[in-house]
Amino acid sequence: MINHRVWRVNRDRLRNWLVTGSIHSVLLVGAAFMLFPFVWMVFGSLKTYNEATTAGFFPKQWVVANYPEAISVMNGSRPCDFDPANPLEILDKCLLLRYFVNTTLIGGSIVLGVLTTGVLAAYAFARLKFPGRDTLFILLLATLMIPGELTLVPNFVFMVQFPTPESWLATTFKLDPNATIKNWIDTYYAQIIPWMSTVFSIFLFRQFFKSIPSELFDAALMDGASHLRFLWSVVLPLSRPALITSALLTFLGSWNALIWPLLVSNSPQMRPIQVGLVQFITEAGTQVQLLMAGATMTIIPIMIMYLILQKWFVEGIASVGIRG
Amino acid sequence: MSSTALVAPPARTAPRSWRRTEWFAFVYLFPALLILTVFHIIPVIYALWISLQFGTIRNFRLACTDADTLAKMPEVLGALRGFAACFDNYYRALAAPEFWDALKVTVFYVLGTVPITMVIGLAVAYLLFQKIRGRGVYRTIYFMPHVISTVASAIVWAWVFDPRNGLANHVMQFFGLPIQQWLIEPNGVFKLIGEFFSVDVPDWAEGPSLALVSIMIFSFWQSLGFDVIIFMAGLTNINPELYEAGKIDGANGAQLFRHITIPLLAPTLFFVTVISIIGSFQAFGHIFAMNRMVAQPLGGPLGATRTVSVFMFNTLYGQQRAGYATAIAVLLSLIILVFTLIQFRYARSREENLA
Repeated sequence: MINHRVWRVNRDRLRNWLVTGSIHSVLLVGAAFMLFPFVWMVFGSLKTYNEATTAGFFPKQWVVANYPEAISVMNGSRPCDFDPANPLEILDKCLLLRYFVNTTLIGGSIVLGVLTTGVLAAYAFARLKFPGRDTLFILLLATLMIPGELTLVPNFVFMVQFPTPESWLATTFKLDPNATIKNWIDTYYAQIIPWMSTVFSIFLFRQFFKSIPSELFDAALMDGASHLRFLWSVVLPLSRPALITSALLTFLGSWNALIWPLLVSNSPQMRPIQVGLVQFITEAGTQVQLLMAGATMTIIPIMIMYLILQKWFVEGIASVGIRG
Repeated sequence: MSSTALVAPPARTAPRSWRRTEWFAFVYLFPALLILTVFHIIPVIYALWISLQFGTIRNFRLACTDADTLAKMPEVLGALRGFAACFDNYYRALAAPEFWDALKVTVFYVLGTVPITMVIGLAVAYLLFQKIRGRGVYRTIYFMPHVISTVASAIVWAWVFDPRNGLANHVMQFFGLPIQQWLIEPNGVFKLIGEFFSVDVPDWAEGPSLALVSIMIFSFWQSLGFDVIIFMAGLTNINPELYEAGKIDGANGAQLFRHITIPLLAPTLFFVTVISIIGSFQAFGHIFAMNRMVAQPLGGPLGATRTVSVFMFNTLYGQQRAGYATAIAVLLSLIILVFTLIQFRYARSREENLA
């Protein structure tokens, strides 16, 4: 009898072990499929041209020099020299760095804009009373149905027609006799301002703000707090998850945007990293090892950011899904 | 109503600020409304107007001011001929074989990516959901491709598909299969499979080109993690007591999956389907980058990877025909709108059911 029981326990354990083992092997195959392009990329970036285009998986000797060469090709065959006397000059000389700075600057400004405009509008929709509030909100929600392709050409026409604020001031008030009207093409304005507000974040914030009990608001009001004060010191701290979700998704979206920056940026100095990489494909030509080095260099920063913030990325995406 | 009302019954009046319209609300709304109106709402109306124009962005002219266009309109329309002629860009798009080819490519792309990604995504999510060790690590790995910039990962994948020394061909060789041209192969996959088995596959059954299938493999790799995360969130929302009850009633794993997981996950499945279809119709970045990597014209080889979005971009950027491109964008938006409306309807009816 006792023997029999031991056998049962062992059999269950064996069964469990087999089930977990097979689950893990399936998941590991999947994980390998997810990761192998990155490994292939890093190995490729360390090979010589001949090695990269013939055969073999591992690089025979590690050609780290591919990285500075990729940077220099991106620059039109000039190395990135850092001049300590003129530190900011490197942004004009070193295009890869410039692409990164542009992407961060554009993404950061868009995130700041989306959060500011979104929080203010969402507060009005969630807490303030004005005629037509719900109708207006539903109208805004309806614009979520507009695909980006539809507004592409009209917005491009706007970019051609809008004058930049500084050139407009200079010509209107004759600040500079030689000034001419400059349009938004090839400026940061074109890449930032149209994206500074999204209906999605207004919607997300409003949901969050509505869940904050009105008693809190009444109490704050009794203490003599203004709306802005209440928004800043009570609502925003409570809504941190929504703010972070929206910031991350917005930044990711702007980081990954391609069509729009492709249309509105002409000069190398205005390119974000995605457009810079597209250009680099042509510049590097058949030099695969350089292409892989370039790709590796652009992937590493976002990969680090993702690994640090991955909990927020995952929760953000998940919350979007649940809402649907 | 609220707990304060219970404590102090006479204080029934709402706080002062709720009694009348708070006009300063519009100050709060102004920044958002300004941006959204100028760059997202007015452009829709303007797009409809642009879609009626010939010429380039700097010198638009209405299609119906063109004598040739007017002459083309059938006599039957009578007085309406002038009006009908304004929509010439739409007639051109609908009469262009490229448009229908692009639509066919897009449909292939949707059918080849959405169901497979969803089924495998659900399977992975279900496995991860089994309280398995290291699920956080798996989740991080599976989602990673989704956050990497499209162009960078498309560069890597274009080299994976390199005909000379790509990883894909190494894998083919390993299994003793013929080496392929991948991204530069305009022939249909079924035709290629047929060739391998020496079967002649007719043209109508050749299926999506291998070039498009290569791009689908990339899409699968990129979007699997997104589906996994959303499905995992959906699974977490299912009450575990239901599974306990099912087990007590003697249901096995497959039955639990079929009768508890699937029905309760239906809204999530539906959401992912619609989102993925819409995303596929807008597919652009990776096609653009991969075509460039293999030195093909955008949408190449021979239009094999020319989706509707790509076709639109070509007419806009390559041919500078802004009006025509916008007409295509309107048609594309109508298709997308149908799917969005279905989703909105469904979401609303679900809310009503819950209420």
